[in-house]
Amino acid sequence: MQRSRRDVLALGAGSAALAIVARASPARATTQEAADLIAKFTGGKAAGPGKIAIDLPEIAENGNTVPLSIVVDSPMTADDHVTDIFVIAEANPRPAVATFHFTPLSGRAEAATRIRLAATQDVVVLAKTSTGRIMSQHATVKVTVGGCGG
Amino acid sequence: MANAPRIKMPAEAKKGEVIEIRTLISHVMETGLRRDEGGKLVPRKIINRFTCEFNGKPVFAVDLETAIAANPYVKFTARLEQSGTFRFAWFDDDGTVTTADEKITVT
Repeated sequence: MQRSRRDVLALGAGSAALAIVARASPARATTQEAADLIAKFTGGKAAGPGKIAIDLPEIAENGNTVPLSIVVDSPMTADDHVTDIFVIAEANPRPAVATFHFTPLSGRAEAATRIRLAATQDVVVLAKTSTGRIMSQHATVKVTVGGCGG
Repeated sequence: MANAPRIKMPAEAKKGEVIEIRTLISHVMETGLRRDEGGKLVPRKIINRFTCEFNGKPVFAVDLETAIAANPYVKFTARLEQSGTFRFAWFDDDGTVTTADEKITVT
């Protein structure tokens, strides 16, 4: 089929609109299981200010393997260091993804792995420090083909 | 199946330097949610924990869930104050523990 220039333009505009809708949708609709996991990690404490950088693709064509990289700004001294980082993907059949554990010997509070995402969603990252502070950050990933063996 | 894991890190470092360590182990990371051709659930079998120690002291660890992709790849960092040996360990659901050691010279 031959597409006219106008058709192609309309198509492009349509998919752009779709992408915007996906980003604005309430992907943070917290499931009970995810809420429980978050409460367990934070001990009910609210997240305070802190710098967490999440590197995730905006669009994941294959939800079976999505590169995830996290860097938390921390001096990583014996007195003040990030002890744990918890990753949650609420739209997965099981929301817990991974819990990273650090010590001052880690040198930096950073880690990377490859994760599975079942659907388009917000990936939430929580960090806990040795001083008892909680930090939180999230990133939206649009998943084309879900990766949970469904 | 847990074949020989792959570890990428420098062989030498300067005192106080923070190095990057990249590890990968071959493993299906079966979620326990998938069904086989007969419609039966394939039982869960994953690497549920990875740890890294340096000269017997904990450096880094991670609890992995079913949302970790097959052939789990983990990248992290370590600060070095003296020469020694890293010990890496992967813990399978079935109780198998795969370990690997890497030496590093710190100047």
